[in-house]
Amino acid sequence: MAKKKKTTKKTGGRASRKGPVSEKRDLETIASIDKLADTITKDGLKGRDPSVEIPLRTVTNMNWNKRKRILEMGDATQSRELFNVGQARKFMQTVLLAKGCKDLIEAQKTLSLRGMYYMSLHTIEGTKEKTFNEQSESDTVLEDLEVGLGGLREELHVFAKKRGTMVGNITVVDNGDEIDCRRMGSGGYAIPSICEPSVLQFKKCEAKFILHVEKDTVWSRFNEDRFWEKHNCILTEGSGQPPRGVRRLLHRLHKELGLPVYCLLDCDPWGHYIYSVIKQGSINLAFESERMAIPDAKFMGIRSDDYDRCGLSADVRIALNDRDVTRARQIADYPWFKDKRPWQKEIKKLLSNGFKMEVESLITKDISYVTEVYVPERLKAKDFLD
Amino acid sequence: MPPAAPASRKPKTRSTATAESMASMQREISVSEFFAKNRHLLGFDNPRKAVLTTVKEAVDNALDACEEAGILPTITVTMLQTDETRFKITIQDNGPGIVRKQIENIFGKLLYGSKFHRMKMSRGQQGIGISAAGMYGLMTTGKPVKIISKTGKRKPSHEVVLKIDTSKNRAEVVSDTEHPEDDQFFPEGHGTIVTIEIEGKYQKGRQSIDEYLEQTAIANPHAEITWTSPLNETVVFPRAMQELPPEAKEIKPHPKGIELGTLIQMLERTEPTSVSSFLQKQFSRVGQRKASDLINLAAKKTTNTLTPRTRISTMGHADAEALYKAIQETSIMAPPTDCLVPIGSKALLAGLLKEVQAEFFAASTRPPAVYRGNPFQMEVAIAFGGNLGREDTARILRFANRVPLLYQQSACSSFKAILETGWRNYGLTQPKGSLPTGPLVIMVHMASVWVPFTSESKEAIADYDEIRKELKLALQECGRKLGTYLRRRQKMKKEAERRSVFERYIGEIATACHNITGTDARALFVALKKIASRKTEEADQRLDQDGQVVDTRDPLEKDDDVIILHDRSGEDGDVSDSLFEDDMPSRKLPRRGSKAAKRTVVRKKKKTSKKR
Repeated sequence: MAKKKKTTKKTGGRASRKGPVSEKRDLETIASIDKLADTITKDGLKGRDPSVEIPLRTVTNMNWNKRKRILEMGDATQSRELFNVGQARKFMQTVLLAKGCKDLIEAQKTLSLRGMYYMSLHTIEGTKEKTFNEQSESDTVLEDLEVGLGGLREELHVFAKKRGTMVGNITVVDNGDEIDCRRMGSGGYAIPSICEPSVLQFKKCEAKFILHVEKDTVWSRFNEDRFWEKHNCILTEGSGQPPRGVRRLLHRLHKELGLPVYCLLDCDPWGHYIYSVIKQGSINLAFESERMAIPDAKFMGIRSDDYDRCGLSADVRIALNDRDVTRARQIADYPWFKDKRPWQKEIKKLLSNGFKMEVESLITKDISYVTEVYVPERLKAKDFLD
Repeated sequence: MPPAAPASRKPKTRSTATAESMASMQREISVSEFFAKNRHLLGFDNPRKAVLTTVKEAVDNALDACEEAGILPTITVTMLQTDETRFKITIQDNGPGIVRKQIENIFGKLLYGSKFHRMKMSRGQQGIGISAAGMYGLMTTGKPVKIISKTGKRKPSHEVVLKIDTSKNRAEVVSDTEHPEDDQFFPEGHGTIVTIEIEGKYQKGRQSIDEYLEQTAIANPHAEITWTSPLNETVVFPRAMQELPPEAKEIKPHPKGIELGTLIQMLERTEPTSVSSFLQKQFSRVGQRKASDLINLAAKKTTNTLTPRTRISTMGHADAEALYKAIQETSIMAPPTDCLVPIGSKALLAGLLKEVQAEFFAASTRPPAVYRGNPFQMEVAIAFGGNLGREDTARILRFANRVPLLYQQSACSSFKAILETGWRNYGLTQPKGSLPTGPLVIMVHMASVWVPFTSESKEAIADYDEIRKELKLALQECGRKLGTYLRRRQKMKKEAERRSVFERYIGEIATACHNITGTDARALFVALKKIASRKTEEADQRLDQDGQVVDTRDPLEKDDDVIILHDRSGEDGDVSDSLFEDDMPSRKLPRRGSKAAKRTVVRKKKKTSKKR
């Protein structure tokens, strides 16, 4: 397995020393890019309509695998055609990005999504039209390309903006550098966006479980109270909906080191969905569920009955708006929540309460209530929603 | 309640008239007097309309006379302001002239004319118009009518000044001058000049003399009209066609078109003869067989004996009624239609083209039809686009026997027919219950031996079902052509956009593929571009409505009833995009600069100062 480097820079796409992917995989990726361009060329020269087959990334093309308990992508594909007014531009963008990825791989460098956007950005000759109007355009096309080529974003040498933090009783090797996550100060170890074994290896781990919290503010509270030390665990945070890097890392820690994952999230539909993504995978990235989902992840809280149970003040209540209500009902209807009575009860209670709560609301009890009382109690009682 | 009888007997103050005293007040009213009091019936309701009606009556007469004499009309209309509200209107034509002894009758007598008693298509009908104008002038200004007429090069011209005696319905000659043969009045050696001075008002715009003459020029492209307004501006409406319309034939009335009273009157007035020959001679479409059929059927409906040989003088009221009923029950061939002279699609288009700055023109002439036994024929022409106002409602030009109708638009049968036509089907916007909006001019013409006007001032066509139906069919035919054209234009625009989208990205794709696989970018570019052209070409060719592959020429361009001026198209946005979104059967489009586009018509019109 190739190791090699990879610094993560926020944006701007600074290149790095050597490629993040094995030579063999690189060659395979290049071959599939070549095949894509070759098909287009052959079709064009023979007077046929050039097209690219892209697996559909929609709710309709997504299956709930009951046995594996993850979301999987179906077989439906969509043909992206050049000679279709609605698709011509996207077709052009797909080819441009494919070319960009090949250049990256050949140069053995990596770029951020934003870097990719700049790399393929120019004004089309003879027009005032730009190849991409904004980064979001290139991001979606890149995801299309990723599934279309059957490769991963990392294999295309592209990474996302880094997000998420880790601290705990573990030592990792990131791009050759040994990092002791017990000695990360107040800032923590920034989880890289590519957490493949080629970049990141686990070295020494005493931790017995992982506590994943929704955001940075809560994570800081736990870190300051050195919760991970007292309870011998790993403490992670995903800045809201966790990015791929965080999910991949959690998955690997769970799979390779056998650590259970407990989630401490807000009591609202969005918190519930974060849990759902960690556990089952997301709809958009259903093709990566196998590598990211943690079907055994548990939901610790906070829960709708905590308001009464912990005796919180009425000030912490945030009224549910229409969107929250709709979203909550949607989530309750997802097949992986549908036949779970505790979850149905939880969502029902949320709706009947008519308000949501953030994890921070526990601070009204005491600054360290969450780290000293709430979580330890739950852990002790093994009181989780599954 | 107790009867209040004693009190109500009393009122004796009221004067009572006896039959005798009343008889002393009863006397004949002359037609002239009647109209003097009811001038609005003839179109003299207000000062502005009065001038228009005066010009209109004179010009109509001049055109009728010229056409009947086989002369290409050249007409000059001059309006001179003599006082703040007084105008001297002079109309000169190059017609055959009027013989001296008829001048008093024609200009001085109401209901005198050649047109009332015959079934022939003409502008004038009753013989009221010009004399009413003269009468109106006399009444408002006290000035008599002056007529100068010359019937031939070798003949002297007569200058007659007339006053109308309204109580006697007769003209009084004020002066009568004979000019020598070599007078300079008429360059062609014949013609008539009428001068009437009236109280009135001149104002441009809608329903003005300017508009009337402009429309007259549209409907009479064979006439040349010169108009000098009180502002001393001269506008010439040039002749667009060098040939006269064919002469209209006079026909006898159709049996179905008459009423019982008319039938009885005819029976009384006709020379003594047999019923059979009466029917054959007085009506069209009645031969010996049909006459016998009618009489035999009538015989069953009356107690008297009635045979084809019965003398009409012996026929009673009951017999006449039986005959009338028999006519209603028998099917009789439709009246001959050679009595109708439509303007014709070609002339309609020539007229519109001359006066309207549009981009698309279409015309449709319906086959003749019959209402109440009167043959008639409807024609419609439309002009679209170009410089016409995009936001306005459609402008309607109505004509009856080539005479523009300017007033009472909404009372006219044509207006209703236009409202009832679904213009939205043809790509125009049309608010519910109103006229379509957009850069559209709709021209409607009714040719008939007897146009059923709603009033004597001849402003609106009466709403007969048959008339409205024919009108709608003609409107629909033009509308369909317009719809096809608009769709095609829309489609053409869309296809061009489609192609440009493809072509925009092809270069990028070829370069990228070259960079990935090293293929020849140029070859791929050319190949892809070829597919793009083929794709867009394919989309606009396909099949026409009949499932035929459309040949390369635009089918509309081959249609003689359609003219498209490509140099005037180009602006878009007058058709809502959503209309023709997906469901269009596509056809071949003319590309700009193609052969079809060169078929441009030369505009002959000089500068005219018109405001629409």
